[in-house]
Amino acid sequence: MNIVSQENQKTAQQSTEQTAYVAPYVDVEATDSGYVLYAEMPGVNREGIEVTVDDGNLVIAGHRQAMAVGGDPLHRETRRLNFRRVYELDPSIDANRISARIEQGILTVTLPKAENQKPRRIALD
Amino acid sequence: MNIIRYQNQGRPDLAHAFDRFAALRDELDRLFDNSFGPVLRTPGSFSRWTPALDVYQDKDQFTVVAELPGLKKEDIELSLQDGVLTISGERKQEKKNEEGYRNERFFGRFQRSVTLPASVDGDKVKATYEEGVLRVVLPKAEEAKPKKIDVSVG
Repeated sequence: MNIVSQENQKTAQQSTEQTAYVAPYVDVEATDSGYVLYAEMPGVNREGIEVTVDDGNLVIAGHRQAMAVGGDPLHRETRRLNFRRVYELDPSIDANRISARIEQGILTVTLPKAENQKPRRIALD
Repeated sequence: MNIIRYQNQGRPDLAHAFDRFAALRDELDRLFDNSFGPVLRTPGSFSRWTPALDVYQDKDQFTVVAELPGLKKEDIELSLQDGVLTISGERKQEKKNEEGYRNERFFGRFQRSVTLPASVDGDKVKATYEEGVLRVVLPKAEEAKPKKIDVSVG
């Protein structure tokens, strides 16, 4: 798998020395113009999102807001961990034009291919 | 408190078996992708989507919190019957192509039920959905609230 390819374990390891993270569930969609990545980050708002490109790696991170809930827990399944995942970026992706947004806990990252990498139709003379 | 995070919905028919096989394959992909990394996974589900859910209590109310990223308000259904709160709904794909490059997320219907340990006032239940988290506040019925009784000592 080599497009928005293998997760880079080394980078992930370094980060977890400070904080415990959970890897979000992610869908990656291939489009004509590039890739779109959808990551599930419930409890994370705009301020909690951090998307960075560093040395060919795309890092998506989401920090949860402290949840104010009254009372004692009777039952708990949520883990309240912050989210983080690292992808190795394919060189065909134009890192300067990556964009991201978050809506109802879904982080959407658009990874456009560089113009000269897009499929093009060659007209016949 | 009797809440079981059940994994199965529907009959174990053939189509369902194939669904489960696909889910298992995805789960294995994910496992091997990350098996030597310290990045933790959310609790794995070998079958359908079972949203994580918390229940809290204070003296006046219960609060049920469910992680439901990527839904629309109108796609969430809440019902309260005989002291059982049921959260159900459907998650639809944002993607345009059915064929994903790589898919880990679950789409389709889900349902969770919570048996509340004391009676609640059904008319005063309030729910909000923000940042992909559903929060349902259920005020306790008057008779279920702890009462303070002053005892006069003669």
